[in-house]
This record gives sequence, structure tokens and C-alpha cells, in this order.
Amino acid sequence: MIFIDTLRMATSEFASNKLRTGLTMLGIIIGVGAVIALMAAGQGAQAGVTSKVRGLGSNLIFVKPATTGSSGGGIRDLRSLTLTTDDATSLRDQTVFPEISAVVSQFGGSDTSADTSQTSLQTQLIGNGRNTTAIITATEPNFVTVRNYTVAAGAFITSDDMDRKSTNVVLGSKVAADLFDTPASAIGQNVRINFGPVNLSLTVIGVLATRGGNGSDDTQMILPLTTFATRLPFIRSTNGKQNVQEITVKVTDAGKLNQAKLAITNTIAANHGGTQDFTVSTQDDLLTTANEVSRTLTILLGAIAGISLIVGGIGIMNIMLVSVIERTREIGIRKAVGANSRMILMQFIIEAVIVTVAGGAIGVLVGVVAAKVANGQDFGTGSTITTQVTSTSILVASGVSVLIGLFFGIYPAYQASRLDPIEALRKD
Amino acid sequence: MMIRLRHLSKIYRSGDVFVPALQNVDLDIDYGEFVAIVGASGSGKSTLMNIIGCLDRPTRGVYELEGHDVGRMNDIQRAKVRSRRIGFVFQSFNLLSRPSALSQVELPMIYAGMGDRRRRAAHALAEVGLSDRMHHKPSQLSGGQQQRVAIARALVTDPALILADEPTGALDTKTTGDIVGLFERLNREHGITVIFVTHEPEVAEHTRRTITLRDGRIISDVPTARSTVVQFPGTVAPAAPAAQAAGEAPA
Ligand SMILES: Nc1ncnc2c1ncn2[C@@H]1O[C@H](COP(=O)(O)OP(=O)(O)OP(=O)(O)O)[C@@H](O)[C@H]1O
Ligand SMILES: [Mg+2]
Repeated sequence: MIFIDTLRMATSEFASNKLRTGLTMLGIIIGVGAVIALMAAGQGAQAGVTSKVRGLGSNLIFVKPATTGSSGGGIRDLRSLTLTTDDATSLRDQTVFPEISAVVSQFGGSDTSADTSQTSLQTQLIGNGRNTTAIITATEPNFVTVRNYTVAAGAFITSDDMDRKSTNVVLGSKVAADLFDTPASAIGQNVRINFGPVNLSLTVIGVLATRGGNGSDDTQMILPLTTFATRLPFIRSTNGKQNVQEITVKVTDAGKLNQAKLAITNTIAANHGGTQDFTVSTQDDLLTTANEVSRTLTILLGAIAGISLIVGGIGIMNIMLVSVIERTREIGIRKAVGANSRMILMQFIIEAVIVTVAGGAIGVLVGVVAAKVANGQDFGTGSTITTQVTSTSILVASGVSVLIGLFFGIYPAYQASRLDPIEALRKD
Repeated sequence: MMIRLRHLSKIYRSGDVFVPALQNVDLDIDYGEFVAIVGASGSGKSTLMNIIGCLDRPTRGVYELEGHDVGRMNDIQRAKVRSRRIGFVFQSFNLLSRPSALSQVELPMIYAGMGDRRRRAAHALAEVGLSDRMHHKPSQLSGGQQQRVAIARALVTDPALILADEPTGALDTKTTGDIVGLFERLNREHGITVIFVTHEPEVAEHTRRTITLRDGRIISDVPTARSTVVQFPGTVAPAAPAAQAAGEAPA
């Protein structure tokens, strides 16, 4: 009974003090909105990485040089990569590695992890009178199966292409769409690349199906590793061997991943005279690292937003303290007509909680809308943001806002409740 | 006896100075009485009213209301007494600034946990002659009308006692007459015990007992000259309460 009446009193109090109530709420709206939106960005990043790693294929192990060649180092840096095609070959021995079903070497292309420092071999690509940019992936025929790609039109490069060091290439769906009207119409067409001093004419023999996501799956141009090695001879290991940026190993079943990981590590270390100048990681390893990074990111973003929520709470406390002083006489009147201190306490706490709950609700709305708007935008940075609003973040944000209302509302409410009625009535 | 004060003192302290607002007051007021408290400014009238109204506590002495020792009650219990048994009327009306007359009158019923509030509030406003002003805000009402709203608010919870501290202090002579008439009627028809403070002797004349304070002491407690004792149904007022109380008053 009294509770409902107190609610009604509070709402009429707000109705007659709209501007002040709005400003009080604003702090909470911004705080909750920020928590929701930033957590959504963090969660989106996490989900994006997870789906990307899962999308690479199954039961994979990735071997990379310890330094993958930083973007800043450029082509020159790539020469010092420690992994070579010899390492890949040594893993292909079925008698030593019965659990390995496929090994594929790769240079350039889509990075397989959250490691964005890997050099992208970006090139200009001209064909059909149009031009676009593509990421060069130099690799072997089984790349398509190991990495789980679907060929939408034409065919993938073959071992014959490898042997002949042919200039046949396969385009990612976006590259193909940029240059040609349909995937099918791209087949057999010539494209030209300008990559540093190299100027090559290539023939399109296949187009991959769209994979989506943030990676370079759809923006790549795949050509035989052997062709790449001969046509771009400056990318060679300093010891004269053909180096690679990554070796992907497919294992027959998930249960053998760790065993294979160990065997691969030992073999390559032996190849390198005992130096472990490379990393071996399973998809789970990649996921763990990536999730750790994005979880830290989410927590960090949430914490920053949480600070604004606390600032909003302090705003509520501030305004309520002023309002208690302003409403001293009102409090005196209420006590004179029969209110006890508990009822006054309740009235002011309810007012604080209503402000935060309403502010929290609007904040959730603002945050969700902001997250939806930001989703898929790149804000001029080139890498798109994925946002994912989770019910957890909504629950946490609304719960925290109620707690903040209670926490920051209790002190002013307590001040109001213990006012002496006679002194309160004497004031004007 | 409704109100029983024994050796009641209230001493304010400001710094090293002690101000005795009430000193050794003994007073009995019975159900159904209509009492005026008069005295010079600063003589302790408001202090006495606030203690009787359970808004304030005495420094020393005993206050019993309807047989209960108010001194032994905690804040919550005293709030309950204010809510159920007492109605206040102030010189400055003390209405909330925004709500309508009807909501003002409903307020004490919220705290008393009473139902049927809208109807009771309307009824109380009708009682004070404000049926046509129920939805007006205080700023849209004259001083006399505001005081009527305050009186309606005081009587709506059916209190046994109405305390009015200079209720006519801010009103003109004509309006003062109306308000005093209203108190007389509440006392006569509803049997509500009414105690009010006034500076005006002609107002005090309407009551049946006048208590005079000076420097925190009761210096006289007499039946009002003009008063006629009227017996009304439903109360336990004794035939001549004023005379009885006067006998107990200290010299
Ligand atoms: N809170 C207080 N602190 C200190 N002294 C006080 C306080 N309240 C009242 N007094 C003193 O107590 C005495 C009685 O005050 P009270 O308000 O009861 O007088 P009053 O008879 O109602 O006067 P008035 O007719 O002017 O309203 C005065 O001397 C006053 O200064
Ligand atoms: Mg006074």
C-alpha cells in the first residue's frame, strides 16, 4: 500500500522536476549505454575470432616461424623467416607421422590467428578493364581441402600447376566480384598484378565461394607456391632454401592433436639444429590466446564504462543531497502528518532507484542501438568492428545500475529520514 | 485524562547559555476540551504544542497521552501516535507546494495506512467548505482557503486531538472568525479535543479554557469567561473540565 503510494509520489516528483530528473538520469544512461556498447564490441571481437578459427577447418596444427615478419619490416624482413619447404617435406613422411593426413605450406594469405602483425602481401590486380586489390596467397593444391574452402566456379590449382610453375590463379569471391560480373565469367580471363618490381600476367582458373568474416578469405588471390618462389626470387631464406610463412598440418582425428604437435615440434627443431625458432599451435591454442586477448579487452572496456556508471551514481547522490536540503520543509510536513523516518527513507531510496532503473532501461536501449549501428562499420580504420550484445551484459548493466541507485541513494535518503521535524518545519 | 503533563521542562542550550523554554509545567487536559494557550512571544507556547504533538521531547518531566508515557516511546511509535491520534494546523499552513487540495488531504491517510482515501478526503474538504476547490493547488487558493485545506488534512484521519499553533496568525479578522468557528464546530460536533495558540484575546474568548504562559510557566489556567459548557454525544468530556484543570494548575 505505502510502497505503491511512494512510487506514485516519486513519479509526480519527477514530473514536476523534469529537467533535473533528466540530467540525473543522463549519467546513468551514458554509463549503462557505454557498458552495453563496449561489452558488445569486446564480445563481438571474441565471437569473430572464435568463428574464424573454427572456420579454418578441423583438426589443424599451425607451424609458424618465431618471427612472422612484421608489417613494418616489409619484404626484406621476409627473407629471414626460419621456416622452409624442407620442414614441410619432413612432415610428409607417412611412416614417421601416420597421424598426419595433410601438410600444406603457405606464403602470405590470410592470417590464421589473432596475430595481425603477419605481413600481408597486398597487390594491385587489374583485369577486365577494372582494378582492385588482393592479398597474395602462395600455396599448394591441398590448401583448398585443408582450409575447408569451396570452389564456386572453375577449379583449384593442381600439382601440375605446381610442377609447371604455371601462372594459373584462383580468386577470392570479393576479388572476383570486383573485376568480373559473375564467378563463371572470370574463368579463363587474364589478370595482371603489380607487386613491387614484379609485373605478371596470370590466368584465372577458379573462384572460391564467399566465406564472409573479417579475414582475407574473400580478398585473396591464390597462386602456386612454386610460381611465387621463381617469380619473386627475392623472397628466399638467407640460407638459400625456399622459406614459408606458415605450414598447416591436418591431423586424422582430434584425439591425436597433442601427440602430433609434440612430434612436429621435435622434428622441426631437429631440422633447425635444435633451435626452436618456430611456434606450433593447435586451433585450441589459437582460440585460447585469442580468447584471452579479447576477454581482457572486454573486461578493460567494461571497466572503463563501469567508471562512467559510477560517475553517474555520484551525480545521483549529489543531486539527491541538494534535493534533500531543498525539500527539508516538505520532509518536516510529511513527518508532522504522520510519516516516520523509515517511510521518508523509503521514499528517497525509491526515488533514487526509479531514476537509475529508468536511466538504466534507456541506457540499455541506447547501448543496444549504438552496438547495432557500430556493427560492421570500420570507422575509417580498414578493419570492421563486430558487436554482439549479450543478455549477460544487459543483465549485469541493469543490475549494477539498480545497485548504484541503492548505494548512492541511501546516504541522502538517510540524511532526509533523520531530519528533526521541528527544525525542518522552521526552515523555509 | 487525555493529556497529563508533570514537572515538564524543556531547556534549550546555545553555547554556554541555557534557555528554559518550559519550566515545571503541570497540566491536565481532558477529552473534548477546547483550550486556548496564550502568552507573550517567546513564552514557550510552540514548545509546549510540539511536545504535546509528539514532534519534540521534553528535557525533563512526564508526558502521558491517553495513558501512554510518550517519553518511553521511540521515534517510530511517536510517528504512529501523530499519524493516528493527532492533527496539526500551523500558522504558515505548511501545505506541500505542488499537490492539489485533494492529494494534500490524502497524504496523512497514506502514512496511516487508511483505505478509501479519495472519498474520505473529499468528505473532509466538504466539511471545511471546500468542495469546489478540491483540485486547486495551494498557489491557487487564498490564505483562508489554504488553512481550511490544512484543517481538512488534520481532521481526515479522525484524530482525537487537533493542535493548532496560531492558526489564524496569518489571516484577516473575517477569515479568522470563520476558522475559529470551524474549530468550534469540530470540537462541538465531532468531540475532537482542540488546543490552539493565539495572540488575539477575542479569539481565545471562543474557547472554554484559557491557559496563559509566561517565561515557560503556566501563570493562569481559567475557564473562559464567555464559555458555556455544552454536552455533546459520543465523548467522555467531563461536565466542567476547565474548572477541574484550573484547580491543578500551579500558582
Ligand atoms: N531550537 C531552539 N533553540 C534554542 N532556543 C529555542 C529553540 N526553540 C525555541 N527556543 C526558545 O524557547 C523559547 C520559547 O520559544 P517558543 O517558540 O515556544 O515561543 P512562543 O511562545 O511560541 O513564541 P511566539 O509567540 O513568538 O511563537 C524562546 O525563548 C525561544 O528563543
Ligand atoms: Mg510560537
